[in-house]
Amino acid sequence: MTRYKMHLLVCGGTGCRASAADSITESLKESLQEHNLQDEVQVIMTGCFGFCEKGPIVKVLPDNTFYTEVKPDDTGEIVEEHLIKGRQVDRLLYEAPEGGKVKDSKHMDFYKKQIRIALRNCGFIDPENIDEYIARDGYFALGTVLSEMTPQQVIDQVKESGLRGRGGGGFPAGLKWEFAYKNQEQPKYVVCNADEGDPGAFMDRSILEGDPHAVLEAMAICGYATGADKGLIYIRAEYPLAIKRLKIAIEQAREYGMLGEGVFGTDFNFDVQLRYGAGAFVCGEETALIHSMEGERGEPTFKPPFPAESGYLGKPTNVNNVETYANVPVIINKGAGWFKKIGTEKSTGTKVFALAGKVNNVGLIEVPMGTTLREVIFEIGGGIKDGKKFKAVQTGGPSGGCLTEEHLDTPIDFDNLLAVGSMMGSGGMIVMDEDDCMVSVAKFFLEFTVEESCGKCAPCRVGNKRLHELLERITQGKAEKKDLQRLKNMCHVIADTSLCGLGQTAPSPVLSTMENFWNEYVAHVEDQRCPAGSCKDLMRYEIIPENCVGCTACARKCPVGAITGERKQVHEIDQDICIKCGACVDACKFDAVTIK
Amino acid sequence: MSRIKVKIKEQDLTKIREICQAHNNEPGELINVLQQTQEHFGYLPAEIQEAVAQELGLPVAKVYGVVTFYSFFTMIPQGRYPISICTGTACYVRGADNVLQEFKRQLGIAVGETSEDGKFSLNCLRCVGACGLAPVVLVGDKTYGRVAPDGVKDILAEYQDKE
Ligand SMILES: Cc1cc2nc3c(=O)[nH]c(=O)nc-3n(C[C@H](O)[C@H](O)[C@H](O)COP(=O)(O)O)c2cc1C
Ligand code: SF4
Ligand code: SF4
Ligand code: FES
Repeated sequence: MTRYKMHLLVCGGTGCRASAADSITESLKESLQEHNLQDEVQVIMTGCFGFCEKGPIVKVLPDNTFYTEVKPDDTGEIVEEHLIKGRQVDRLLYEAPEGGKVKDSKHMDFYKKQIRIALRNCGFIDPENIDEYIARDGYFALGTVLSEMTPQQVIDQVKESGLRGRGGGGFPAGLKWEFAYKNQEQPKYVVCNADEGDPGAFMDRSILEGDPHAVLEAMAICGYATGADKGLIYIRAEYPLAIKRLKIAIEQAREYGMLGEGVFGTDFNFDVQLRYGAGAFVCGEETALIHSMEGERGEPTFKPPFPAESGYLGKPTNVNNVETYANVPVIINKGAGWFKKIGTEKSTGTKVFALAGKVNNVGLIEVPMGTTLREVIFEIGGGIKDGKKFKAVQTGGPSGGCLTEEHLDTPIDFDNLLAVGSMMGSGGMIVMDEDDCMVSVAKFFLEFTVEESCGKCAPCRVGNKRLHELLERITQGKAEKKDLQRLKNMCHVIADTSLCGLGQTAPSPVLSTMENFWNEYVAHVEDQRCPAGSCKDLMRYEIIPENCVGCTACARKCPVGAITGERKQVHEIDQDICIKCGACVDACKFDAVTIK
Repeated sequence: MSRIKVKIKEQDLTKIREICQAHNNEPGELINVLQQTQEHFGYLPAEIQEAVAQELGLPVAKVYGVVTFYSFFTMIPQGRYPISICTGTACYVRGADNVLQEFKRQLGIAVGETSEDGKFSLNCLRCVGACGLAPVVLVGDKTYGRVAPDGVKDILAEYQDKE
């Protein structure tokens, strides 16, 4: 890599690829060829930079210039101006919300508060080239472990670090490894849970897309520590990019002797295979995941026995999440003491979040545990979109809850989030503004759990369906006050009697919104009113005659032709045809369309 | 082989055998086998499920049970331009539902259905990992970001003249 003077890093995460990162890479290469620079400047497609909102992103090294919203047509200018003449292309630089162009990524608020451990290589290396991983201390930890440490020492190191499972539960990883280690039965398996079922999250797939070797290395370390020689990654078939990069990484690691027979020339054998999930949220639950890997329907079974006792094919199995594994090589390299200093006492290290929703900087972020929600949403996230007011933040996906203004200063860690009625979950963080109706949000999650319930146990299969129906009635203004009490009671029964975590936590979005936004529920029931103005059955779009100038803008936008009126005449909306899409409100420049 | 009652072309059967053999006819590989079979045929109708069951030595009910459990498997043919609307949380709060309703209205089909001319099919999926572009719509491999209900017409128009 030394022969190149400069590097152009193009974000190759799913989001940026969706907006033409491939053709940007191609045309950058062409421009370089044109100017005969291909031997001096290297173009690398990396994993996700995290700053998805302003993608596609191109970063120039060594000066860290950070170009945002780059289009294939801009590449010529980047090459001619920046690389040849040494002048930054101003119009492509990131513009800070408070004004002014930001010259390099080190000065962006988005990155200042972040500490990147699990994401250390995402956006820095070419995930399809093992040499680049190795150049950043890759496979060094595996080497250390194999040459200098006993399995027990590895386990002690992980225990000492305080690393807790990042898949949602927060169970101490070292302890789990120890259970598998102590079980004498053979063969044993190391499983990586890359199912990522949370419907608003993309951290695990981004790690796999951006730094697949980190997970492979950690799985080998875990294999050595627990006495397993087979690794399995359970990944969704819907993640083609992550699968492709994993396959390449596994091939390369085998070639280099980091996987396979006699890893690093020792007598330790370890190989990794992929197993495909086929799109069922419940398969993220570890017992269901194991059944799915065995080719069965992915239905959970009662624990105990835990996977460490009887897992894949009835053998001892260690299941950890992608992000949990991604932390391990760093813990070995830098020591448990170093890791423990980051984060809070009971939740050490960092957490990756997929920050999305009504926030200015949607993206993938990694912050020390103990960072407050306010710092994440307002400093890193750049506040609420379109100058609206913050209303709630949802963490923990379908198992979590909605937190409000009053929780903004809560330091984020496993225990604090549970204490305020939500949970860490796998790291989805969705920000909502004043236009979001909390009853509808609860209904959205219930719809998801009803769809995803495996149907094995009645409280979850039937109960959640009833919850969803009740919520539906509330949003239609057809519920009574006593329904709210019924709703609450049913939530508790479902939580107490369901077999697996899916059913047990399914009522959480309802309970937490009832707790924090009770008035909103009451307004739907008593006044048939949706305070956020989002429940369609409770609203009417009307044209205010005094404001309407008859410009026809709304009528042209209306997708169903519900608006009639001659040019320069007051227009009217036919309520029977209107589908309440809201397009007319946006179309009218005279504020003549109101929602009632 | 005489157990297969429904007609299935010899070449299709050969393909299914090939896929099963690549997985050593291992019943535990059922999901991987089904996935490759679907990749080849586009969908998994009853006769194909029967053939797979036969090859792997499994009851047809078991294969059917797995096919219907996982949302990735489909028993009806997809459109030539399969449309998927992301209804993940991030897309939901940025208005994915309105976009979905508009697609349903324009195409006159429900989620999970295919248009009569076999051109479009409509499905939902949860988070495609491009939340920064929410709401997101996929048509085949092509991604459309920040889609508004009034942009639906333009998306469909792109495919109107294509076969
Ligand atoms: C319904 C349900 C869904 C889950 N989904 C996931 C998931 O998508 N990814 C994940 O890593 N863990 C998921 N889990 C947690 C796993 O059961 C398991 O605890 C985790 O993979 C263990 O790894 P960790 O200790 O490293 O977090 C889920 C649990 C439940 C109950
Ligand atoms: S709680 Fe729901 S998902 Fe879990 S076993 Fe019962 S029915 Fe299945
Ligand atoms: S809300 Fe939508 S459907 Fe109703 S009148 Fe306005 S544009 Fe037409
Ligand atoms: S929720 Fe739609 S892309 Fe993430």
